[in-house]
Amino acid sequence: MAAIKITTPLTDEVIEQLHAGDNVLITGTIYVGRDAAHKRLVAALDAGEELPFDPRGQIIYYMGPSPARPGRPIGSAGPTTSYRMDPYAPRLLEVGLKGMIGKGNRSQPVREAMQKYKAVYFAAIGGAAALIANSIKEAEVIAYPDLGAEALRRLRVEDFPAVVVNDIYGNDAYEMGKAQYREVDG
Amino acid sequence: MREINVDTITDEVARLCIEACYYLGDDVLAALKKARANEPSPVGQAVLDQILQNAEIASRGELPLCQDTGLTVVFLELGQEVHIVGGSLYEAIQAGVRKGYKEGYLRKSVVEKPFSARINTGDNTPAVIHTEIVPGDRLKITVAPKGGGSENMSYLRMFSPAAGRQGIIDWVVECVDKSGANPCPPIIVGVGIGGTIERTTLIAKKALLRPVGQPHPDPEVAEMEAEILERVNKLGIGPQGLGGRTTALAVHVETFPCHIASMPAAVNIQCHSARHKEVVI
Ligand code: SF4
Repeated sequence: MAAIKITTPLTDEVIEQLHAGDNVLITGTIYVGRDAAHKRLVAALDAGEELPFDPRGQIIYYMGPSPARPGRPIGSAGPTTSYRMDPYAPRLLEVGLKGMIGKGNRSQPVREAMQKYKAVYFAAIGGAAALIANSIKEAEVIAYPDLGAEALRRLRVEDFPAVVVNDIYGNDAYEMGKAQYREVDG
Repeated sequence: MREINVDTITDEVARLCIEACYYLGDDVLAALKKARANEPSPVGQAVLDQILQNAEIASRGELPLCQDTGLTVVFLELGQEVHIVGGSLYEAIQAGVRKGYKEGYLRKSVVEKPFSARINTGDNTPAVIHTEIVPGDRLKITVAPKGGGSENMSYLRMFSPAAGRQGIIDWVVECVDKSGANPCPPIIVGVGIGGTIERTTLIAKKALLRPVGQPHPDPEVAEMEAEILERVNKLGIGPQGLGGRTTALAVHVETFPCHIASMPAAVNIQCHSARHKEVVI
């Protein structure tokens, strides 16, 4: 299964080509935020304030890294469970976010918002955090430094490995994979 | 009375925190390799390869296995003939956690005030400490950092005894099914049956410390473990939930006698980053 190489920012043309189950290698800038940062991003939107970055075409990676050792851009950096960001995700998709990277299922409203605003959800391999760290070349905190591991970060990644879980056609790689190997009823 | 100084305990706890987060146990590695050999799904195989590759990178001591280096759970088996000198035992353990998480570049993932000001304590303390007093003059310390993703997939149910063996098996399978990709499969399923509410959850967690795949010494329990494992691996969830036959590497069940009117049961799921290290002082 050859991986599809994609670069950020993501355009609609690229997104239209992605299908649930595809392996991708992502290169370019991606943003990092988890629960606490999402709460603030949505609060900023609600207050009519500008976000710390322009979300249009961008990818947010749900991750809180371990501390970087001297000489390294970042520590281990695997995905966190995505459902905790479900209450916030549709708002960000609405303002142009095109991709999310995490692990685990998304809620129905998030899946609907992805189809509506043409965005995709990728899974990175949970617990393959040292391996993933090697694809991160630069990392910088761009907002909310008081949140520590949960601060908003900008990363430069090269060939970051991920799998398309939800495409814009309503498919879900978890459901497809499970159906293929399931040997029980229901 | 045999004396153990708190400084020794602090140093050992710090070392165990670091080792647990960088070096996956041989039992886990062997189970992952066996799963890789038997996994029919190409995506599943690729995921298992990356997990093994990740363990190899982490073992170089620069990057921990997972960025979530967990809430630190510490199990103590304290010999009743041991005299702890030089300070407080629990404070020595907290100091060890503080030291290990700092020196090992491990993530601090503990917040104060769970439902209000969720401010990071900054040093990964407090650890959760479970102490058992045992015969002898030794102190056994097990450090088991537990990630949030898999800990969140925990379940407790107070069964009516009439539910029986089958009721528990069906429920455990259902718990794994609804957890899906969240706890980073392949997982190890810890099951506690019996006791009281706190005992059943504690033995479910302790079950995770057993070498992966080592059956329970009681054949009746071992049989139940095998049956649950087989059913869990037919769910199709697979490595990382992307489909396949390796949803769990093992199911470990522990039991405890219980009240005539009760049959509590608990499930505590462990992700593939199954980290624990122990020492006997
Ligand atoms: S569930 Fe385990 S492997 Fe997955 S992110 Fe959490 S600690 Fe890491």
